[in-house]
Amino acid sequence: MPNRLEAPPYQAIGDLELVQPDAVNHSNGLRTFLFHSEELELMKFEFIFENHYEKSELPILNVALSSMLKEGTTTRNSAEIAEEIDFYGAYLMPEYSFDYTALSLYTTRKHVDKVLPIIADVLMNSTFPEEELETYIRNNKQSLQIALQKNDVVARRLFYKNLFGTNQYGAVADLEDYDTLSRAKLYSLFEQQIRSNNCTLMIAGRVDQELQDLVDSLFGQEWAESKTAVGNAIDLPLRSDGQLVVEPKEEALQSAIRMGGITEGRAHPDFPALQFVNTLLGGFFGSRLMRNIREDKGYTYGIGSAVVSLKHTAFMTLGSEAGADVTNATLVEIEKEFKRLREELTTIEEVDLVRNYMQGNLLGSLESIFSHVDKFKAVYFSGLDLSYYHYYHEVLRTMTPERVQEIAVRYFDFDKLTKVIVGKY
Amino acid sequence: MINFERFTLSNGLKVLVHEDHTTPMAVVNILYNVGARDESPEQTGFAHLFEHLMFGGSVNIPNYDGPLQQVGGENNAFTSNDITNYYITLPASNLETAFWLESDRMLSLAFSEQSLEVQRQVVCEEFKQRYLNQPYGDVWLRLRPMAYKVHPYRWATIGKELKHIEDATMEDVKSFFSKFYTPQNAILVVAGDVKLEDVKELTEKWFDDIPMGQSYHRNLPQEPKQEAARREVVEADVHVDSIYIAFHGCDRLSKDYQTMDLLSDILSRGASSRLYRSLVKERQAFSEINAYVTGSMDSNLFVVEGKPLAGISLEEAESMIWEELNKVKTSPVVDAELQKVKNKIESTLLFSELSILDKAMNLAYYEALGDAQEYNDENEKYLKVSAEDVQRVATEIFRMENSSTLWYQSKGGINA
Repeated sequence: MPNRLEAPPYQAIGDLELVQPDAVNHSNGLRTFLFHSEELELMKFEFIFENHYEKSELPILNVALSSMLKEGTTTRNSAEIAEEIDFYGAYLMPEYSFDYTALSLYTTRKHVDKVLPIIADVLMNSTFPEEELETYIRNNKQSLQIALQKNDVVARRLFYKNLFGTNQYGAVADLEDYDTLSRAKLYSLFEQQIRSNNCTLMIAGRVDQELQDLVDSLFGQEWAESKTAVGNAIDLPLRSDGQLVVEPKEEALQSAIRMGGITEGRAHPDFPALQFVNTLLGGFFGSRLMRNIREDKGYTYGIGSAVVSLKHTAFMTLGSEAGADVTNATLVEIEKEFKRLREELTTIEEVDLVRNYMQGNLLGSLESIFSHVDKFKAVYFSGLDLSYYHYYHEVLRTMTPERVQEIAVRYFDFDKLTKVIVGKY
Repeated sequence: MINFERFTLSNGLKVLVHEDHTTPMAVVNILYNVGARDESPEQTGFAHLFEHLMFGGSVNIPNYDGPLQQVGGENNAFTSNDITNYYITLPASNLETAFWLESDRMLSLAFSEQSLEVQRQVVCEEFKQRYLNQPYGDVWLRLRPMAYKVHPYRWATIGKELKHIEDATMEDVKSFFSKFYTPQNAILVVAGDVKLEDVKELTEKWFDDIPMGQSYHRNLPQEPKQEAARREVVEADVHVDSIYIAFHGCDRLSKDYQTMDLLSDILSRGASSRLYRSLVKERQAFSEINAYVTGSMDSNLFVVEGKPLAGISLEEAESMIWEELNKVKTSPVVDAELQKVKNKIESTLLFSELSILDKAMNLAYYEALGDAQEYNDENEKYLKVSAEDVQRVATEIFRMENSSTLWYQSKGGINA
């Protein structure tokens, strides 16, 4: 009979081994990183562009640019692009985030030479047809109308608005903003942003010489450079003083809660420690917020927090949907957890648990070569290199209850958080 | 292609092992062959509530999550109308911890009153968050009982109503456990940086002494053939009208399943699919439209749902959908179109093999269907589907008398 009363012995979790990509600089300013995985039959190409923002424009234009890229070129209409991509079993996914716009292509290795020329066409010759833009506007307005009925969506929008103000991070689109979109504006942004010297290309899979030559001939030569530098200067607001924003909803069964504040990003030496404390507080199923507010009180299906590192700043955010009748009680508990984090020394056992969880989670996040790309991206765009992960590992390894408290006191101040409640309060 | 080995313990526990030494991680996946379809109509939502209770401590281990997190592991679970699936991902060097935890909760739960009370509340909040406090959230609570009159698929996994969850007692919990959570009703899959021999040893050490329990013979009422079209109109506080048409389709093991699945891909997978091209792009009548198969083990639903744009009535929207459905009935798909959806299936299968967790879940699911080896034959089955098959299955499914149509109408919204 096994001894069921005692946990089996376990081993400490080692450091990561990450794939260091080869870097290639093409003559037109395109920069490519190659991640080799010889046996894989799948490939990923991710074309990443830094966003260009005009001060007077909402980021809605940048979002539209990424979605509209595959809606027509000088030689292919929207239907033809979709048909060809689908026929080869490929996936073409535009992605927009605060600082970058990306076009990701997933394809089987055997169809690479069929699919890549379509992408070259899209990136160099997009035309943004008027009729496709009208469809885009019509459908997105309708989706926004639907989304605005969701308390968590409304809370998130209010949170960004109040945390960041009028800069590109804080601007959220309203229905009428869609009417400001025009083909001319899109095209001019395209000419500015979707250019070789503003593109970083990540390639993962079986990258042999033949493929490298194909990439260079399709993307590394004729693709024009942008004549002017990409501009994305930002006016950052003053740090929040803890304003509370409430949007009452009479009928709500649950209230959406969102709070957070400006913090330090990945390039700051405290970032791994900050992530540690965030994880302990609300970053995983065993976090204090989950254990208290879900597993002990049953006020919510889920509560979580995260630290997000951006190009110009970083923020910590916390979100939940709690029963309308227990919204206030939930807020009281959240505040208690912040106080406890700052005022009481945590135990060594809890620090151990969070460390091991985070180390295991990081190890498990490396599933295929594609996840190595993600790890590289996270540091590269923060101006760091892969040695960051050794530093991260070292910070976790040497974390102490005293250090947790120190970080909590410096970065986790409930009173300074921007707080949004949509529902009953 | 997923290679695996299989063995069975004397208590009936089936074990599948897939070695993948390209990762330092391991997955331990346990599928219990019980879902919402096994519930009594007076106590719906119970299989899912029970899933929550499986994390409330077991007979020898008061806290499930902590010891796992302590060794760098993570876990979660899901319940469907067919199955309940629990999974752990952890560094392979700490594999034994997963065996310790999973075997103890298969042996017996702690049956803590506090856990039951809290999880009843948590599940009620989940019910509200997903089904009641969301625009269109209750669609499936309405559509299921329209389409199924007899089969237990007539209720959703979350349950028919909050009250069923609120009323659950500890007696119910105990009898559910002893009926369904037995080794002979479970499939254990271990995948990742593991060796078959080590897994055998660990399985015997931790699971062998668990009593096999009573066997459960599923005997569900089968849904009779639908003879007449069903319709419902509901007015709700949403801004945009929405339409849902649910047709009865074959079960998961039917030889027509892959054909039905490809039919849904032809209609709605990707930006080149028929419904999207025709109704969103060309006729500009919908902001979104989708067709899909519910993917359940017993008889499936083939669902077409869409949101018409301002100025398009639900009646017009419905007739436009039917025009497209009739096209696929009256003329065979061309080779290139059929090849396209088959190519997409092939690449999707390759993507699902990137992750040991996906591989482990697939093995467990196919084993529950009857034989994990069938997973490896899946692509072949899709390749065999012909244009005639697609037309025949479309003709069988897309009949008015086989349909349940739900108009989800906005109160004073934009479509009027």
